[in-house]
Amino acid sequence: MNSLTISSPEQSGLLHLANLNMDYAKSMGIAPERSTPKIIAADLNRLEVESLNVWYGETQALYDISLNIPQNQVTALIGPSGCGKSTFLRCLNRMNDVIETCRIEGQIWFDDTDINGSQIDVVGLRARIGMVFQKPNPFPKSIYENVAYGPRIHGLASNREDLDRIVMESLEQARLFDEVKDRLNAPGTSLSGGQQQRLCIARAIAVKPEVILMDEPCSALDPIATAGIEALIGDLKDAYTIVMVTHSMQQAARVSQKTAYFHMGQLVETGTTDQVFAEPVDARTRDYITGRIG
Amino acid sequence: MTDTRNPAHLRERHRSEKIFRFAGLGAITLAIAFLGTLLVSITLSGYSAFQQTRIQLDITLPADPESASYQDLVKQALRATFPDVSQRRSKKELYALVSTGAAYEVHQFARANPARAGTELEIWLTASDNVDMLIKGKVLVDDEAAVRRLSDRQISWIEQLTTANRLEKQFNSNFFSNGDSREPEVSGIAAALAGSFFSLIICLILAFPLGVMAAIYLEEFAPKTWLTSLIEVNINNLAAVPSIVFGLLGLAIFLNLFELPRSAPLVGGMVLALMTMPTIIITGRASLKAVPPSIREAALAIGASKVHSVFHHVLPLAMPGVLTGTIIGMARAIGETAPLLMIGMVAFIVDVPKGILDPATALPVQVFLWADSPERAFEERTAATIIILLVFLMAMNLVAVILRRKFETRW
Repeated sequence: MNSLTISSPEQSGLLHLANLNMDYAKSMGIAPERSTPKIIAADLNRLEVESLNVWYGETQALYDISLNIPQNQVTALIGPSGCGKSTFLRCLNRMNDVIETCRIEGQIWFDDTDINGSQIDVVGLRARIGMVFQKPNPFPKSIYENVAYGPRIHGLASNREDLDRIVMESLEQARLFDEVKDRLNAPGTSLSGGQQQRLCIARAIAVKPEVILMDEPCSALDPIATAGIEALIGDLKDAYTIVMVTHSMQQAARVSQKTAYFHMGQLVETGTTDQVFAEPVDARTRDYITGRIG
Repeated sequence: MTDTRNPAHLRERHRSEKIFRFAGLGAITLAIAFLGTLLVSITLSGYSAFQQTRIQLDITLPADPESASYQDLVKQALRATFPDVSQRRSKKELYALVSTGAAYEVHQFARANPARAGTELEIWLTASDNVDMLIKGKVLVDDEAAVRRLSDRQISWIEQLTTANRLEKQFNSNFFSNGDSREPEVSGIAAALAGSFFSLIICLILAFPLGVMAAIYLEEFAPKTWLTSLIEVNINNLAAVPSIVFGLLGLAIFLNLFELPRSAPLVGGMVLALMTMPTIIITGRASLKAVPPSIREAALAIGASKVHSVFHHVLPLAMPGVLTGTIIGMARAIGETAPLLMIGMVAFIVDVPKGILDPATALPVQVFLWADSPERAFEERTAATIIILLVFLMAMNLVAVILRRKFETRW
């Protein structure tokens, strides 16, 4: 799980993004190296989950899940409602801590540390593993404040220009900047659903996470907005590791490289997306994918 | 095309809806009628207290304002106005036309205007309450002498003064600047107003932060165990405890154990804070609960700590509700009498309190005291005090509405 950091943006597929950043940095008179995104080499596992069991009170929601999340790829979690895929996703940044009756066993390795361990600082963890929710949930504040809030609490910006730059970059990465650049002080809630979801993605990106968890990010959106988000996810995977829960098998097939099929709290099948969709091994996966259950 | 559904059933549904609407409308009309009756009757019996009959007398101010007998000056001036009054008995009746507070008023005037010492001036002095009642028509000339409490001679003097334009109703500034008095015509609500004000400030300072913090802790941080549900039940119970019990608690703890001063707004405010806090906690928790959990998750998911998510996002959204609850609690506290009786804020307070440790009374207690007094003139003052209290309540509710509008965030 050694992460290899490549300092030159030319080595990655993120050239256009980096160029945008550089242009902006130049225009703002900021040293270009400060805006260089952190690029991490592919083909490594960013998260390794080992025999994860989760209970809500007396009810067991997940049974002995072991799954690797590959770096700089989109991993799709699919399965019928109530199969535990959202529960699994929320384990990855300890969002289940909020639920009092929730009990978790097993290990989730992130940088050689178990995130369920007692020495882990949840606040720091969530800054590194961000999350986007099913229903767009911008803060009832301005667009600018929505994005600036994370960097501000984590002290990522040393001054106002720095913060402006982070907000602008994040909005650009989330492909929202052009639509909102004239009204950064408008309330985030005044945007359309798709724009709100991209604002939430920008908000998650702004704290420079390494992993972004997405819980059915398109389920509240229309097909056009969905297409926008999907294209965005495709871009983002070059810089981030993405884990996504989706109800749409077409979406999983379109955007993900790895697919995990959950059924009744169990991980039934996992593999590359092509493989799972083309030749599913398990009968339940086959039934689900072909639309016979779910 | 035929509709197979039963049309009678549909008619029945429409009918029950109509009945419900009329019942609701009736209830609201009844409530407004009662409120209107209350307001109108109190206003009618209380508005006259904002005016006071005064008599103009020619008074020569003494050379030294501190050494003269102002009582004698007033008597002299009265005798000079009616020179033919000579009998001892008639003189006494004559002197009774002006208030016993008139001498004090002349003294105050002399002190305030040292430049006019030694000159003769026309000064308006407060008339006695019996004269005031006659002028305001609360008693009539045709009433029996025992009822109107004025002799025929006195009535003829009043008529003479009126025709000479030396007797008229003026704005009753005494009512707002004086403390309580045995003489209704010079009594005022200043002491009660100051007492209520100081008590409410203490109440707000104590109850608001404690109540809001308790609400936040219980709603956002406390683990849901049997202990916290026990606390919750007890807070709800506390909100329903009769207020006089809080007064007894204040008497036992604040006065007897801590030996804080009796009749002080400090203690009054502390007791009212105890009473208001459960209301603030309950409404605070309800408005915190009403904030959608997605906002908490959004904040937590970008690495905000629990405290950050609460204070940066949840509390601002809950603020309109919290403030409304607080003001409703304060409005209840301003009208509370019983607990203040127990801690001695029922005293006869002449001096306007200057701080939270001075003896004071409160507006509702003043109403209680005056309602008990036999003098007729206290009746209108009681009603006038209620008007002032209601004005304060309405102002506070208005503030609640304004604050709610101001802090309300559109989604």
